[in-house]
Amino acid sequence: MIWEIELIIYIFLALSAVVALEVKDLLVAVVMMTIFSFLMALLFVAMGAIDVGFTEAVIGAGVTGILFVVVVFQTSRKSND
Amino acid sequence: MRRQFESPIVLLGARLLSPYIMVFGWYVIIHGHYSPGGGFQGGALLAASVLLIRVAGGRRVARLQIQEFATTPLAIIGVVIYFATGLVSMAMGGYFLDYSALPIPGMDPAWLRYTGILIIEVGIGLAVMAILVMIYDNMVRGEDYD
Repeated sequence: MIWEIELIIYIFLALSAVVALEVKDLLVAVVMMTIFSFLMALLFVAMGAIDVGFTEAVIGAGVTGILFVVVVFQTSRKSND
Repeated sequence: MRRQFESPIVLLGARLLSPYIMVFGWYVIIHGHYSPGGGFQGGALLAASVLLIRVAGGRRVARLQIQEFATTPLAIIGVVIYFATGLVSMAMGGYFLDYSALPIPGMDPAWLRYTGILIIEVGIGLAVMAILVMIYDNMVRGEDYD
């Protein structure tokens, strides 16, 4: 893969991880974690592990996001710490 | 799930997107033995298409698609397909999941392995889809959503 694109993906990966850890609104944290999973899937595909990237895109960016949204709506939306 | 407000655009988008995700899930399952993907990924895609409708539409719309009491039998059917294939080939003199011993007439062992993996992956896909949908249904159970 072109290394410039890969560098941009790495930068956005670190950004989304930091935002997901630091933000107070937990729904934003869930969306950031979904973005993290999708960028991770792109990196897996770029490294040649297509099957792993496929699983990461389906599970991490699809089903887990929906389940975390359900959990956020059943508990509180704001983080306490 | 509890809805903050009624949004026909979200429901229309989910209804537009869901059948294509489901067709792609079946594509991944059917082509799982010679391309990336397989039973687990295809089943998760099927579950994603079902969960999209459930999140967007609530219980009233989800009742039209896969009802809550149907998830456990679907999961059991998937597991039974998996183990029945393995045990039938075991009963026919091979090992567990030895597809070349499957009793399908008119097929040489290469085609029998091809078909056996296909049957296994349909079972795995059904079980994964039903169990992921079941997890969602159990999580939103106490919620007064309509």
